[in-house]
Amino acid sequence: MIQFVPRTDASGPWQIATPILAVLATMLTGGLLFALLGHDPVAAIRTIFWDPLFGMAASYSRPQLLVKAAPLILIASGLAVGFRAGVWNIGAEGQYIIGGLCGAGVALALYPLDAFWIFPAMVVAGLAGGWAWGMIPALLRNWFGASEILVSLMLVYVAQRVAAWMAFGPMKNPEGFGFPGSRNLQQYPSASNPELFANTGAHWGVFAALAAVIATWVLMSRHIRGFHIRAAGTAPRAARFAGVRPQVLVAFCLGLSGALAGAAGLFEVAGPAGQVTDKLGTGYGFTAIIVAFLGRLHPVGILLAGLLLALTYIGGELAQLTMQLPAASVQVFQGMLLFFLLGFDILTRFRIVRRVRA
Amino acid sequence: MDSATVFRADGIGKSYPGVRANDDVSFEVARGEIHALLGENGAGKSTLVKMIYGLVRPDDGRMTLLDRPHEPSDPRAARAAGVAMVFQHFSLFDALSVAENIALGMENPPPRRELADRITKVSHEFGLPLNPARRVVTLSAGERQRVEIIRCLLQNPRLLIMDEPTSVLTPQEAELLFATLRKLAAQGTAILYISHKLEEIRAHCDCATILRHGRVVDSCNPRDHSASQLAAMMVGGEMRPIDRSGRHAGETLLDLRDLSLPAPTAEGVALKSVSLSIRAGEILGIGGVAGNGQEELLAALSGEMPSAPGTLTVEGADLSQASPAARRRAGLLAAPEDRLGHAAVPDFSLTENTLLTAGDRKSLVRRGLIDHNAARDFAQAVIAAFDVRTPGPGTAAKALSGGNLQKFVIGREVMQDPRVLVVNQPTWGVDAGAAAAVRQSLLDLARSGAGVIVISQDLDEILELSDRFCALNEGRLSDPVPTEGLTLERIGLMLGGAHGMEEARI
Repeated sequence: MIQFVPRTDASGPWQIATPILAVLATMLTGGLLFALLGHDPVAAIRTIFWDPLFGMAASYSRPQLLVKAAPLILIASGLAVGFRAGVWNIGAEGQYIIGGLCGAGVALALYPLDAFWIFPAMVVAGLAGGWAWGMIPALLRNWFGASEILVSLMLVYVAQRVAAWMAFGPMKNPEGFGFPGSRNLQQYPSASNPELFANTGAHWGVFAALAAVIATWVLMSRHIRGFHIRAAGTAPRAARFAGVRPQVLVAFCLGLSGALAGAAGLFEVAGPAGQVTDKLGTGYGFTAIIVAFLGRLHPVGILLAGLLLALTYIGGELAQLTMQLPAASVQVFQGMLLFFLLGFDILTRFRIVRRVRA
Repeated sequence: MDSATVFRADGIGKSYPGVRANDDVSFEVARGEIHALLGENGAGKSTLVKMIYGLVRPDDGRMTLLDRPHEPSDPRAARAAGVAMVFQHFSLFDALSVAENIALGMENPPPRRELADRITKVSHEFGLPLNPARRVVTLSAGERQRVEIIRCLLQNPRLLIMDEPTSVLTPQEAELLFATLRKLAAQGTAILYISHKLEEIRAHCDCATILRHGRVVDSCNPRDHSASQLAAMMVGGEMRPIDRSGRHAGETLLDLRDLSLPAPTAEGVALKSVSLSIRAGEILGIGGVAGNGQEELLAALSGEMPSAPGTLTVEGADLSQASPAARRRAGLLAAPEDRLGHAAVPDFSLTENTLLTAGDRKSLVRRGLIDHNAARDFAQAVIAAFDVRTPGPGTAAKALSGGNLQKFVIGREVMQDPRVLVVNQPTWGVDAGAAAAVRQSLLDLARSGAGVIVISQDLDEILELSDRFCALNEGRLSDPVPTEGLTLERIGLMLGGAHGMEEARI
């Protein structure tokens, strides 16, 4: 008989091993799935995980890695802080959209003014927009005890409607021949977020993501506020005894993760996406939740997990093109990754013991 | 075997990973005997009775109940064999009535009317006044215990096990309980009585088996020994007497005036117009049965629950609205009752746990940044000064035994040189040696000129430590009386006497 025996301490080696196990299990199961769909499983896995980096089209897809990873890492860094405190912001996607809209709004309002401060002002607006959208669930929780999980999630759909309204209405390009969508910010130098080094994919958002990783690392390991956040997540009463006010903490966590998600949205709108459309939200906000957990809520882990998930995006697209795999296969992959991670997590908290029945 | 013997244990042993909880334990309980099981926390008393009640199976040895082998596979089998147990923590549903709760614990409950009649009959017979129709939520701790006892008595047990039953009772309620136990014993029930209250055992038990580190070290008639002799048998050495000397009451440090606070939760207690003051060098004892506002009073002093302006002043400064951190900076420190999860974060190391309260006063945090080296040094200093047994400051708080963590928590506050220290249940669940060390550290702190407020349910502890005594009852604090010459009976009356004593006289 196999039994699970609780560990007294979460196992250190397993903390690192389970994300790797989860990735391997996802590859295996994914391969099985593709085999059932009638594709060569080995080729499919290689197309998704290997070819984007080292395959024939790698020179095109490699820069895409940073383009996709930057928003994931930026958002996940903020989310992880909240998750450590037990504040569950599930609506980063909405904060991402609103941040993008606010930043783009600044640029579109100033068009065609040429000034060095426009892009920095857009970043501030992006941060502020995401922060404000995150503060809605924070205040509703603090004032009325509303679940921030539900409120933040529902606000994603509100944000999507706002984006559609903006794309078809106030922000529509007056010179766009009636097509929905705003002016293209890539053609407005003062407001664009260009690739800074050719063929690297590195735009300002990549540096912001790196800064966020370092800043949250310092916050969580060196700063007393990070200490309070970790204490509140594992022992709320002890945190209150230490002087943490839960309401302040909720506002801080939702505000921070909202602001970082908003900035990610701004960098995307001003850079790779280029314009406001009704398809502004592409799911980064939800995928970032997987990134945060796969990275063990640790900044360095998030950095690696963000790159891996970015790879699944690119590899998935590649597999669609070259092998005609269904478009949903990327989402299936990302879902399985979280599923297996949570499943294997039992190994960090329990030991498996084989007992022979007497 | 003697026909008078109800229960017998022969060489019982039980091991848990890393611990030999019981080793070669043998003893007998006779018909009509109140038999005390005496020992410090961790001596193996609980493991032993859990085996008798079928919750745990012994690794080796034999048990005999009424001349038949006693090998219960679960509590149901133990109950069927004639064993009943009253636990320290009650398992009652607040929303249900007394009769409904009792019916839930029975294998084949009789119809409600008949059950109510039987409850009334048994409660009269044994002097345990209880109305079967009352809802449990309205009952005091003593009355809840009666529900548990009556639930046991309805099974006509041959062996009744009681696990620290008086820890939640006022002295008067305890007397009522002992009268019941004597009646039961007179009818031939054997009673196994677990406690570490030595006076109580000397007064009421016929025989005592003393456990230390899982082994039987002695058995005796407790009436033939003094309390300090029994304590010496429990801990295996003489207790160092407490040194109360060298203290002088100075100027007033803390003033609590007319503090009222609503109950923080549905189960909480509202504080009603609480006033107290504490002077330098003085120890104020606050006694009361659990759940009468102790946690709320500590929260009001620690800053977890701010109060109306002007209600709390420390050395002239109004701290009523101040945050816990600001109160600590002003010299008002606190150590809550619940060590794991309130006074300390279980998953954090001892080093990290110093940051919970000592960040400002010991300069462990400067401009928001944590100085990990300073925190580790401070943790190391607490460990050394308070004899905390642990591999080092990197050990997680939850890996420490209760007594060692308590020494750490008290040490963390004492070593910050507080002006006023408030402690709730400073020695709850702590072995005798550690308890003595904690109490001595509080006396030493007062001698150095600080004021100390000790909230405790252990009246002996309060009498041993404090200069003045207040009783906390349903959120109200009595006027203080000097502890010099105070009797347990007087304290009992101050604590509100026995709930339901009026009914008892009918």
